[in-house]
Amino acid sequence: MTSQLRPAFFMLLILALITGVFYPLAVTGIAQIVFPSQANGSLIMADGRAVGSELIGQQFDDPSYFWGRISATGAFPYNAFNSETLTASSGSNYGPLNPALTDMVQARIDALKAADPDNTLPIPVDLVTASGSGLDPHISIAAAYYQIHRVAEIRGLSEADVQFLVDKYTIGRQFGFLGEPRVNVLLLNLALDGIQ
Amino acid sequence: MNIYSWFQLIFYIVVLLALAKPLGSFMAKVYQGEHTFLDRVLGPVEKLIYRLSGVKSDEEMNWKTYAIAVLLFNAFGLFFVYILQRFQAILPFNPQGLGAITPDSSWNTAVSFASNTNWQGYGGEVTMSYLSQMLGLTVQNFVSAATGMAVMVALIRGIVRHTAKGIGNFWVDLARSTLYILLPLSLVLALALVSQGAVQTFSEYKTVAMLQPTTDANGNTVTEQVLAVGPAASQIAIKQLGTNGGGFFNVNSAHPFENSTPFSNFLEVLAILVIPAALCYTFGKMVGDTRQGWVILITMTIILVAFIALAVWAEQAGNPAFTKMGIDQVQTNINPGGNMEGKETRFGIANSALWATVTTAASNGSVNSMHDSFMPLGGLAPMFLMQLGEIIFGGVGSGLYGMLAFVIVAVFISGLMVGRTPEYLGKKIEAYEMKMAALMLLIPILLAKVGTAIAVASATGLATIWNTGGPHGFSEVLYAFSSAANNNGSAFAGLGANNPFYNTALGICMFFARYWLIVPVLAIAGSLVQKKKVPASGGTLPTHTPLFIVWLIGVIMIVGALSFIPALALGPIVEHLMVFAH
Repeated sequence: MTSQLRPAFFMLLILALITGVFYPLAVTGIAQIVFPSQANGSLIMADGRAVGSELIGQQFDDPSYFWGRISATGAFPYNAFNSETLTASSGSNYGPLNPALTDMVQARIDALKAADPDNTLPIPVDLVTASGSGLDPHISIAAAYYQIHRVAEIRGLSEADVQFLVDKYTIGRQFGFLGEPRVNVLLLNLALDGIQ
Repeated sequence: MNIYSWFQLIFYIVVLLALAKPLGSFMAKVYQGEHTFLDRVLGPVEKLIYRLSGVKSDEEMNWKTYAIAVLLFNAFGLFFVYILQRFQAILPFNPQGLGAITPDSSWNTAVSFASNTNWQGYGGEVTMSYLSQMLGLTVQNFVSAATGMAVMVALIRGIVRHTAKGIGNFWVDLARSTLYILLPLSLVLALALVSQGAVQTFSEYKTVAMLQPTTDANGNTVTEQVLAVGPAASQIAIKQLGTNGGGFFNVNSAHPFENSTPFSNFLEVLAILVIPAALCYTFGKMVGDTRQGWVILITMTIILVAFIALAVWAEQAGNPAFTKMGIDQVQTNINPGGNMEGKETRFGIANSALWATVTTAASNGSVNSMHDSFMPLGGLAPMFLMQLGEIIFGGVGSGLYGMLAFVIVAVFISGLMVGRTPEYLGKKIEAYEMKMAALMLLIPILLAKVGTAIAVASATGLATIWNTGGPHGFSEVLYAFSSAANNNGSAFAGLGANNPFYNTALGICMFFARYWLIVPVLAIAGSLVQKKKVPASGGTLPTHTPLFIVWLIGVIMIVGALSFIPALALGPIVEHLMVFAH
């Protein structure tokens, strides 16, 4: 047994150096040179300051903006890190029978209807449910279409103009078949503010 | 299920099976010490490692020495991760100034990562410094995976060699698994993930402006968002390839910085199964009959596909409560439909349900959606796959040796039925092997059920259930212990598990589930390696036929069903009946 002590100690030490120091450093070095934007969080820059990340959603409940998925993160919605409460990414983890789930969904339905009483389109499921990460930057195309009437009316734009922007920030299935088609909510809302 | 869902699922299975042979042959070369194209770069590194560690690479170990080496190495690793967490507050690479981790959480995480479980009671971005993530967790992701692969190769040598003692050298198997297989694959995968948007930086968390200010729970206005970043991609790559599963961030691969696009999702979910699938081919190659490997791979694939179908169907059907509220859950080209609670828009239903099934078939445990919010039968699929013992692909190495325990049991039972001494690949299976195989089957079952029973019988165990007042709360606890007792690591994450009770109890389950299985595996290897090779006769049950596949599936499902259907009836099955009662 004692004859295996030295290899056990040194193998751990050396493999730790290789896989825990050299390997992450190598990946970081290459990533920072080849993919600097992605490696640093895909930040959206405007006038020299970061106004968000393409990959991390933000909270919108003002009727003049498109709304994203419900976010169940602690402290506040779309909280990607809060140092005081030490909270961050999180799903709701509500089970299918949990009354809190139906309460949350109903509250969103009520808010959507209150902001746009004339809308008779069916409400797509992703618009009234919480995402897994609480940071989902996307909604389905159906969820964006549902909101075009409201946003156009409040902003005094034609529905065709808003539809044009929705289409512009729609991402198709990757390589034509992977994943779901979707709309980036933050990019769309930034563009809406840009054209006003 | 529209045509895109079907195509993505079929595409996944086809690519996975297509990679089994090339990667499997390569790994066979690595373990048989043959020349590979990586020798020129890695050969000198390998030799240097042996020299510095005092390893004689041609020295054979008997099974007891092999087991001692495995256990010592893992004990050192576990201790190292524990210490690192306890002292992270005063160590470098901690830009957010995260504090020391509590003793119970440190114990749980240390066992969790050393045992290839990667159960996480903590949230990564609010708990772990970059140093702890890299030097503690990433390292264990590599070496715990390599440990599983080494033990599996030792078992194969036990089958292949005859009238011998040695089953290989653990240090060589460990080093070669890490250097030649895990490291190159991780490097390529990590960079591919960064290209899709996974973060990889040592900078402090990024602060960005919010377009629309919001208010926090205390009514204060929030105008900025702090984005947790870090050296994530390098850890994510090995967490998937090594069937570890521990996320850099709290929500694991649902986090857009861990899993940014449908393509990164495909790569990650492929990485979960690619090594376990290819190891089946490696096994066939090393025992000199690739049909034996294919039989095991086909058995695993059939069971996997059945559970994928169950999960995708249950999730796509959606929640009847939503339908009553007038919500549109019908899948169309512009609407993912189905039960989208806890799922990400970019992945939709098919990719979320596929992942849930794959991650629990393997002992990976990373998630790209919240299993706690799955429909009852959608959540039953991952739970039952874990309870089968993590042998449907399973962990790298550990899945195959677990499956071989079932093969031994299957061969043994069929031998009893026809009144012949059972044999497998030319080795007689006798009482000793059968006892060890039975231990491997029974220990996880025992841990999962006794653990669940203790938790639901105690006020402390019940106190942190999230979905209270129904069968779902029981499911949370059953899921947690099934996960820990089979070294999976995924969770019904509503359960508050970062407290002394769950940290300790689940830590104990993970510890015994890993090391009490490794020792019997090596004991079987040590017993088989001494035996003579018996030539196949008319009374030998051929183990490369479709009939054997059916038989093996039967044995696996019967053992799993007998062990867990009563418990599942109290959780997801009764919940399903309640959901669809009206």
